[in-house]
Amino acid sequence: MSVTEAPPAPPAEPEEPRKLTLRKPSTRKRLVPYWLLLPGILWLVVFFALPLVYQASTSVQTGSLEQGFEVTWHFQTYVDALREYYPQFIRSLLYAGTATILCLLLGYPLAYLIAFKAGRWRNLVLVLVIAPFFTSFLIRTLAWKTILADGGAVVDVLNTLHVLDVTSWLGWTESNRVLATPMAVVCGLTYNFLPFMILPLYTSLERIDGRLHEAAGDLYATPATTFRKVTFPLSMPGVVSGTLLTFIPASGDYVNAELLGSTDTKMVGSVIQSQFLRVLDYPTAAALSFILMAIVLLMVTFYIRRSGTEDLV
Amino acid sequence: MTQQQQTAGGDVRLAGISKTYGSFTAVHPLDLTVPQGSFFALLGASGCGKTTTLRMIAGLEEATTGTVFLGDKDITDLPPYKRPVNTVFQSYALFPHLDITENVAFGLRRRGIKSVKKQVDDMLELVQLGDFARRKPHQLSGGQQQRVAVARALINHPQVLLLDEPLGALDLKLRRQMQLELKRIQTEVGITFVHVTHDQEEAMTMADTVAVMNGGRVEQLGAPADLYENPRTTFVANFLGTSNLIGGEIVSTGENLVVAAGGGKLALPRERCSASSTAAGGRLLLGIRPEKISLAHADDADDIPAGRNRVTGRITDSSFIGVSTQYVVESPAGTALQVYEQNIERDTRLVPGAEVVLHWNPAHTFGLDAAQDIDAGATSVEDAE
Repeated sequence: MSVTEAPPAPPAEPEEPRKLTLRKPSTRKRLVPYWLLLPGILWLVVFFALPLVYQASTSVQTGSLEQGFEVTWHFQTYVDALREYYPQFIRSLLYAGTATILCLLLGYPLAYLIAFKAGRWRNLVLVLVIAPFFTSFLIRTLAWKTILADGGAVVDVLNTLHVLDVTSWLGWTESNRVLATPMAVVCGLTYNFLPFMILPLYTSLERIDGRLHEAAGDLYATPATTFRKVTFPLSMPGVVSGTLLTFIPASGDYVNAELLGSTDTKMVGSVIQSQFLRVLDYPTAAALSFILMAIVLLMVTFYIRRSGTEDLV
Repeated sequence: MTQQQQTAGGDVRLAGISKTYGSFTAVHPLDLTVPQGSFFALLGASGCGKTTTLRMIAGLEEATTGTVFLGDKDITDLPPYKRPVNTVFQSYALFPHLDITENVAFGLRRRGIKSVKKQVDDMLELVQLGDFARRKPHQLSGGQQQRVAVARALINHPQVLLLDEPLGALDLKLRRQMQLELKRIQTEVGITFVHVTHDQEEAMTMADTVAVMNGGRVEQLGAPADLYENPRTTFVANFLGTSNLIGGEIVSTGENLVVAAGGGKLALPRERCSASSTAAGGRLLLGIRPEKISLAHADDADDIPAGRNRVTGRITDSSFIGVSTQYVVESPAGTALQVYEQNIERDTRLVPGAEVVLHWNPAHTFGLDAAQDIDAGATSVEDAE
């Protein structure tokens, strides 16, 4: 073959003949970014950093409500807390994980539909996705109590279809009941956090250039292969942020476990809540909070590393 | 890359193909044959239906009526991924999450070819991007991305390569270079290229055959030189380069038609007249390309050889563009006749305001049917060069 010419070199930067200096930005200008950061930083310091330090110190205190607590660097609290409440930890991660997977399975097709097929209905469907937020979180969760109530329509249908037999055998439900079972809690979590999955998924799917689908089709990819090789990999940033936005709050949630579950379905959030507000054992409550935070942080770090989405964005 | 011999193949044949969107007809029923191995250009202004036609060949657009044949095979109802046809998209549409190698290998992998390395390397060599194999598309310049898009399509040895304004996003110099390069690749691999463009110069430089499209129809089809010399409609005359069109009445017929126009008489060969009626008394549009006209100062009018068409006028504008000077001349035959003079010996008297005589060989004159818009195609030229 004949090589005509080397690939065109990028046009050389014209040599600057005179030192046409960019005027040094004034001190005031250079400080502008910091001024803009200030309100946010102040907010975080006062309402996040300081409470965090306070919690940390609480977690290593000993004492009682009557005699007062003092810092004794009693790290044994962590060990005791973990030993006593590890089932709740495992349950939390399990429920949150299941709910996250369910959210992904339910949310992805919907987000895909909104991004590529909804056409002029797109905005309406998006509003519908967010619409539940117009009602309070508690009310929505309480509503599920009615939905899943014994003898209610849902339970009846599931019973007639013998679905409950299967789920009871798996330990998700108990003897023709859905309420006060793990399944109820996972249903509540899935429902409550679904929008947090759909919105980031939608955003990343919507950014995909439709011509890439055409290009893949043109290059012999069937629609299924196009999804597997082009659409899904390109939506990974949405999958990652969606799962994080679902998993992190779900693992610390206690409302769903409290309202839809029973004592056997308590998640770690409920334990922390009751330690703080009922038992008034502040060090244990603080230690539990830190353990949960550490576990979630570790898992998330590992997850982001593994999914390798850094260079995708 | 060795010479690619076409194993199976055939011409692309469009039979009565059309496309309508609601009440809008993008492409009127169209019959078109692209011979195998040719470089075929669909030329027209935006919205003329050229891209829609291309997309119907690719299968990205469903034809409302008609049939697409590839050789003897009816591919009208095949989805794009089953057609032995590949496209170079206007925006390149490279996969941003894959590196250059994987972009180029995409089509091969989809057809289950495992050992792609050799082929990809050869192809990147062909488009002179061997050093960029592991880069991501966004790390490449526009010209490089364009070549990746070509490589990604060509590696599949399609029977037809479709190019949808692939050079539109490049600057002028790079575009010229890529035109030559694409032409070189086409000659080297011998695949049928169907190239969509609104740049008439690009179409003429690259293609063996050009189909000029306007309003969803093919106005005229032919070799570039033939289209340029013998336009059959005012649209083609104006869109492909520039034409001076002069309305007149036929006063005598014979081997040469003589037409009364602008107070004088102009002659043209009868066989170069595409008007339906050439009877005396009929109206006609005379066409002459600006570079075929010579310009003489009115004082030298007597030196013009006999037998040439003459039009007197006055220069209203002149612009010097290096290789030539372009004059605008006001005359009874037309208010803005264009004349391009090579800058060989410049007559310093030819300045705006000067009285001049335009003269040209009658054989260079073409005749068009008078019953069309004289300005068709003149204003829609997007070519800003």
